[in-house]
Amino acid sequence: MQGLVGYASYLPRYRLAGGDIGVRRGDRVVAAFDEDSTTMAVAAIADIPRSRSADALYFATSTPAYADKTNATAIHAAIGLPLDALAVDLCGSGRSGFAAILAAASTGGIAASADVRVGRPGSADEKLGGDGAAALLFGAAEPAIAEVLAVASLTAEFMDRWRATTSVTGEQWEERFGAQRYAALIRDAVERVLDTAGLTGVDHVVLTCPNSGIVKRAATLVKGEKSVVTSPIGFSGACDAALALCTVLDTAEAGETVLVLSAVDGCDAMLLRTTSALTQARQPHPVSAQRAGGLPVAYLTYLSWRGLVQLEPPRRPEPDRPSGPAAGRSALWKFGLCGSHCDACDFIHLPPGRVCKRCGATDQMSGVPVAGLRGTVATYTVDHLAYSPSPPVVQAVVDVSGGGRFTCEVADAEPEQIRVGSPVEFSFRRLFTAGNVHNYFWKARVAGPLDGRHHA
Amino acid sequence: MPSRGIAGKVAVVAMGCSQFGERWDSSADDLLLEAIADCMASAPKLDKEDIDAYWLGTLSSGMSGLTLSRPLGIGDKPVTRVENMCASGSEAFRNACYAVAAGAYDVAMAVGVEKLKDSGFSGLLRQDPPGDGTAPELSMTAPAAFSLLDPAYCAKYGVPAEEMRQAMTHVAWKNHLNGARNPKAQFRSPVAKETIDNAPKVAGRLGVFDCSGVADGAACAVVVPAEHALRYTENPMYVRALSLVAGSGLGATDPDYDYTSFPEVVRSARDAYQQAGIDDPRTAFSLAEVHDCFTPTEIVLMEDLGFTDPGQSWKDVLAGDFDADGRLPINPDGGLKSFGHPVGASGLRMLYEAWLQFRGEAGQRQLPDPHTALTHNLGGRPGTCVSFVSVVDREPGH
Repeated sequence: MQGLVGYASYLPRYRLAGGDIGVRRGDRVVAAFDEDSTTMAVAAIADIPRSRSADALYFATSTPAYADKTNATAIHAAIGLPLDALAVDLCGSGRSGFAAILAAASTGGIAASADVRVGRPGSADEKLGGDGAAALLFGAAEPAIAEVLAVASLTAEFMDRWRATTSVTGEQWEERFGAQRYAALIRDAVERVLDTAGLTGVDHVVLTCPNSGIVKRAATLVKGEKSVVTSPIGFSGACDAALALCTVLDTAEAGETVLVLSAVDGCDAMLLRTTSALTQARQPHPVSAQRAGGLPVAYLTYLSWRGLVQLEPPRRPEPDRPSGPAAGRSALWKFGLCGSHCDACDFIHLPPGRVCKRCGATDQMSGVPVAGLRGTVATYTVDHLAYSPSPPVVQAVVDVSGGGRFTCEVADAEPEQIRVGSPVEFSFRRLFTAGNVHNYFWKARVAGPLDGRHHA
Repeated sequence: MPSRGIAGKVAVVAMGCSQFGERWDSSADDLLLEAIADCMASAPKLDKEDIDAYWLGTLSSGMSGLTLSRPLGIGDKPVTRVENMCASGSEAFRNACYAVAAGAYDVAMAVGVEKLKDSGFSGLLRQDPPGDGTAPELSMTAPAAFSLLDPAYCAKYGVPAEEMRQAMTHVAWKNHLNGARNPKAQFRSPVAKETIDNAPKVAGRLGVFDCSGVADGAACAVVVPAEHALRYTENPMYVRALSLVAGSGLGATDPDYDYTSFPEVVRSARDAYQQAGIDDPRTAFSLAEVHDCFTPTEIVLMEDLGFTDPGQSWKDVLAGDFDADGRLPINPDGGLKSFGHPVGASGLRMLYEAWLQFRGEAGQRQLPDPHTALTHNLGGRPGTCVSFVSVVDREPGH
């Protein structure tokens, strides 16, 4: 097993008020209309330094954007992984998320997981779920922030949760049935993994499970000397265990043991020990800070985002689906947000061009990656007429730090918060879906002290 | 090398224009026939058989010359369809003029048409080739693109937002007032400034009254060598300058572009003035028809066309300089704002107003003794556009 060298999580900015969904306190973390498991995985991975040089990407989700097409390839393109890096999907359940971690720990590479958990209005999934993403980078090239001491996996076939492949919302048997099975599996897995590692106890326990009866009893099921942690946002599917692990890594000290238990259709366990490198390599936006922020979304708007109600659209035509060959030719721009730099006069072209608009030099361009840079709003508008899955559309002309300008949509926008000169960062999003083709591209996102992902 | 131009070589001897508006009862074919019948009626000595070649401008109401030759029943004549976005009508005119100036034809007709109101959608529709899905035009409508001018202009020149709003409102108010005197206009009622201010927002600070009318319509012109003009009419209109500039889209990608000007307009105006030998555009014209697609566009155009200094236009607008009785009447026919904007027809509609004014046929909106006019037609959006400027004259030589 290779060591864990980096980690990061991504929580979307929108929040559904607890009052709207029958939750007494707090709110629910929900992905925006232009986010899916693919885009959120990109956001998580992008926060890990040196993730761009990983030679494998294992992407797990129970809500893949596509079937019959690898979703990890869009992530691979957006992060700018090398051509010879493996990028594969593990689609299915929370168990797939753990499989991604096992695979990345075995070969080195990124274990990314993300999910958009949808429940029927009034359901437990709506109340108790959450949307998000997490990424863990394993490798041998850098000092590990945590080493893998032992793993164990137990598998059991029983009906606790399931979802028809044609449905966006899932179902659950009587909770107590699954809880009973999981409790036994968890105890067994803990015993085995501690035995393998030759330990009698651990400092931190991460226990995630789609069965909320187990989550409620986590602290009594497994003992952690310093903490027992469950999902920070409610059940978040394939990223549940990794997201909970991120919260521990945000605060754990060097030399502490962390037992990750993912109880989904069995129980998987991974025992880690943090190293002195951890404190220097924590993620830039701790889970707690990301969770604390947020922007309210009206319940009806949220339901329309998930396709559970249809709102009256603007009187504008729906867009055409993007062309496969055209998108393929411009993949460096569309997915990677790379422009071109004129080597003759230093003018930066976004999107890339072959002939310099300023000096006329032809084919004297080199690539300029922009996705990780910041920019400022040169001017902006709110378009009430444009087609959008969630109007109005906020658009900005963005000047990129270091040069270059392009016009794009503003994600997670609060129009009244945008000013000429507002700092922005870039976020990979799904602009719309047409003809079953997801139109992925980058948007600007106002950067500032708005939530945990924004450091002024 | 500057363009040589064709000053003095070509004259307009007939023009026509359909009623503009929501023409639910009329097809593009009907609109073409209506404009052409009106055109032919303006020059009784001209016979349809005299016309040697046709240029048709349309954005999206048909493809190829067949869009005109079929409804008109023209057999075996050259008919060319041209497209340059909202400047398509001007482009048809420009090409017809060049064909006559070159001596290739004795009589050429330029026609523009657009049938917009069959789509069931608001605003203009785009007809983009299959693409990668990243073009900002896909998600940013025209009003949104032009609304960018407003905050940028205010920021650059320190114009209080409220005063800029008043200037934008004045443009809409003025063009509605002018259109109210135009029987062919889409909107023929004055609109109170309060109504304009309080209209529902479309994009940015642009309300519905800041946007040009989405209209169906057609307009056309017949051009001949200048020396033949008097054979057809006693009151021809002479072409002094035609300029077209297609920008490289630099502004959309250049952080130095500030969204307070159309460099393409500045260049096409400079070219046209050089062709026409115009030194002072502030005093050269009796009227100008400009591309007032949205109210801030007209404000910025006054500066780009050299009618006032940069940063000064909003004040001149509010002072009434460009009203029908101001120092330089702008869009006395109501402009795109209230005459309506059937895309392919608009450039020819602008020339049609100059034609009527020179001939003293502008009815209630007739200006006293007009002699020289400018038309300006824009296609695209701030940062990436084509710009057309013409100068036309009542008299043959200058």
